[in-house]
Amino acid sequence: MDLSRLISDLSRLISKAVDRKSKLAFCRIIAMMKHSRTTLWFIIIITAIAIFFDFPKTHVKIDRGPIKVDTDIGGYNLDINLLGVRIKRNLEIKRGLDLQGGLAVTLQADMSEINEADRNIALESAKNVIERRVNFFGVTEPNIYTSQVSNNYRVIVELPGVTETMEALQLIGQTAQLDFRETATAETAEEFAEGAEGFVKTDLTGKDLKRAQVVFAPTTGQPQVALTFADEGAKKFEEITRRNVEKPLAIYLDEVLLTAPRVQQVISEGEAVISGQFSLDDAKRLAIQLNAGALPVPITILLQRNIGPTLGAESVQKSIRAGLVGLSLVAIFMIGYYKRLGFLAVIALIIYGLITLFLYKFIPVTLTLAGIAGFILSVGMAVDSNILIFERIKEELKIGRPLKAAMELGFGRAWDSIRDANVATLITVFILFNPFHWSFLATSGMVRGFALTLGLGIATSLFTGIVVTRTLVRVFYKS
Amino acid sequence: MIDFIRYKWLYFLISAMVILPGVFSLVKWGLKPSIDFTGGTIWEIATAENTEKSTENAEIKKGDWQKILEEKQVEVISIEEKPEEHFILRLKAIDDAKKEELTSAFRDNLKDFTEIRYELVGPTLGRELLVKTITGVVLAAFLILLYVAYRFKDKMYGICAILAMFHDTLVLLGSFSLLGHFFNVEVDTLYVTAVLTILSFSVHDTIVVYDRIRESIKKNLPVSGGDFTFLVNKAINETLTRSINNSLTIIFMLLALVILGGVTIRWFAAALLIGIITGTYSSTFTATPLLVLWHELKSRKR
Repeated sequence: MDLSRLISDLSRLISKAVDRKSKLAFCRIIAMMKHSRTTLWFIIIITAIAIFFDFPKTHVKIDRGPIKVDTDIGGYNLDINLLGVRIKRNLEIKRGLDLQGGLAVTLQADMSEINEADRNIALESAKNVIERRVNFFGVTEPNIYTSQVSNNYRVIVELPGVTETMEALQLIGQTAQLDFRETATAETAEEFAEGAEGFVKTDLTGKDLKRAQVVFAPTTGQPQVALTFADEGAKKFEEITRRNVEKPLAIYLDEVLLTAPRVQQVISEGEAVISGQFSLDDAKRLAIQLNAGALPVPITILLQRNIGPTLGAESVQKSIRAGLVGLSLVAIFMIGYYKRLGFLAVIALIIYGLITLFLYKFIPVTLTLAGIAGFILSVGMAVDSNILIFERIKEELKIGRPLKAAMELGFGRAWDSIRDANVATLITVFILFNPFHWSFLATSGMVRGFALTLGLGIATSLFTGIVVTRTLVRVFYKS
Repeated sequence: MIDFIRYKWLYFLISAMVILPGVFSLVKWGLKPSIDFTGGTIWEIATAENTEKSTENAEIKKGDWQKILEEKQVEVISIEEKPEEHFILRLKAIDDAKKEELTSAFRDNLKDFTEIRYELVGPTLGRELLVKTITGVVLAAFLILLYVAYRFKDKMYGICAILAMFHDTLVLLGSFSLLGHFFNVEVDTLYVTAVLTILSFSVHDTIVVYDRIRESIKKNLPVSGGDFTFLVNKAINETLTRSINNSLTIIFMLLALVILGGVTIRWFAAALLIGIITGTYSSTFTATPLLVLWHELKSRKR
């Protein structure tokens, strides 16, 4: 019995301390924001920045008497130097596949033939190969990423604007082919005509290669790529190097030349090193490409979504219009019910919208239909903070407090509910976003997009709901 | 001050009347899963205008597709017909070769057409998603329960908030089971997102009401002489306007989306709308009466 009382006392003590701390932190923020006019300027500047970057590119043409303007304004990109750090952003809203149309494919890599230890390398290589092929296809801004869920190794490919499904898929789905080629000699002259760039195929292929990895030269510390051959491959490689001392040996991936290092001596142990003026990144890239051949993984299509651009465009247009109608209704309601306070809340809400749009452009957030839904919900929660505060202010006024005291008390009292309610939502956002890629939770891009916009919305709404509305009310709301 | 708590059994009855048909439907018919969960092919196509063939045979019907699909031995799940020769074919998963074969068969026998949407989902992905979502819900519920219990220093609040959350989940699942059975509404990954959102909204709203109760207890305990029902009633009266006003604003947004928004998010918005309404109702009329009931049982035990 005593033990349970002790525990409950302890927990009460802890929560009291935490509560006091959060109240203290809150008081400190209030103290900082005491100078309402300074805060107001701060808000105006932030809003101005947001408007500046949110503004879409528009053509302005004025021709009236002495004033002649004919230029493009808006649609600016960010490129500034802040304390030596260059921040450069293409500030264009990134639209998800469902909004702009395109092809999304989830590929499953068959890892049954690959050692457990090498599977991650093999997946990375498979992704690299797909990337090369997609680039060859000339897609603008393809999005390719890997996902590993327990024993399922996947590559997810998103190709905006691609409509020729068959062609694209055939290109992506093939297993990588790596082979070694030697310089054509007199005996192989006939084949020479067909061999690209003066090289002819040898019997050494990716199957003979066990793995490639980046190593550092012991003397110079220069990055190099080490090749390890399988038993059979080591013998073939010995033969080939014997024939080609002082000659280049070319390595091809998918019929494209990767590199052609010069053979310096006969190599019989099946351990070779490609050296050269590599940067670390170059060496890594080469190792990944070689591994694609060494650890080939057959790929099957698990999911394929082809969204026609018309469906996307139509949906976006309608949804944006619906959003605007909804927002206007909210504004009318707020002003109608809370009069002047409501008007200030609507201004805070507009600032909220501007800041959120800027954040979407700045981070950048890839906007999907689910993401838009998350944004709409967060607008609702932003309004909630305001309503909570206003109801409190009304109550305090009702029991006869002077306006100024009622305002401050209203803001203070509403804080507990606002905090608790938003923390509960943030918990869900956390689970949905799954930031640590826990494999027992979903990592669907759509669900993530939703969580991201909702989470951003809640963070921004805490700022506009508390700081912006409060300052506006302090400065402009007088009896 | 209105004595809301007096009618608590009426509220439970209303909840039961809404939930029971849904649960019945869930047990009997279940939900209608989209290919996100079952795997398969969705092929949305519209016949092209002004082709030679289109002048010959005036209109293409559902059955025409069906016939060709059967000839090619493709298993058809359903074919949906929309205005202006626009069709949604739902098939068992087919591969690219089969798709090409069908494309040329359609073009030769029927009309030229344009592809609006093509989706192929392997059957394994669906199960995985479902299991993960349920894990996510359970985990989120547990964390929220911990947080609420910690904040209110009493597990009673945490458990009642979670019960109200399950109440809302049941309403949402049940109504979509009914919608699925009678109107062929499918549940997809977006729907799962909606359910998760409603879980958090439900708790969000309940916490605001509970917060008021907590404050009411702190402030009015000496006046009331420890009458829990009185304190709770006072809190409900104080917070009802805010609950309704707040939900109204979200409802405005969602209603606009349901009525005016694009087809792809219509049912998503509808799910959110149902959830927000039940979430608002349950905060005041389920979560709070449960609290009173719990308190009564506890004091009776003593």
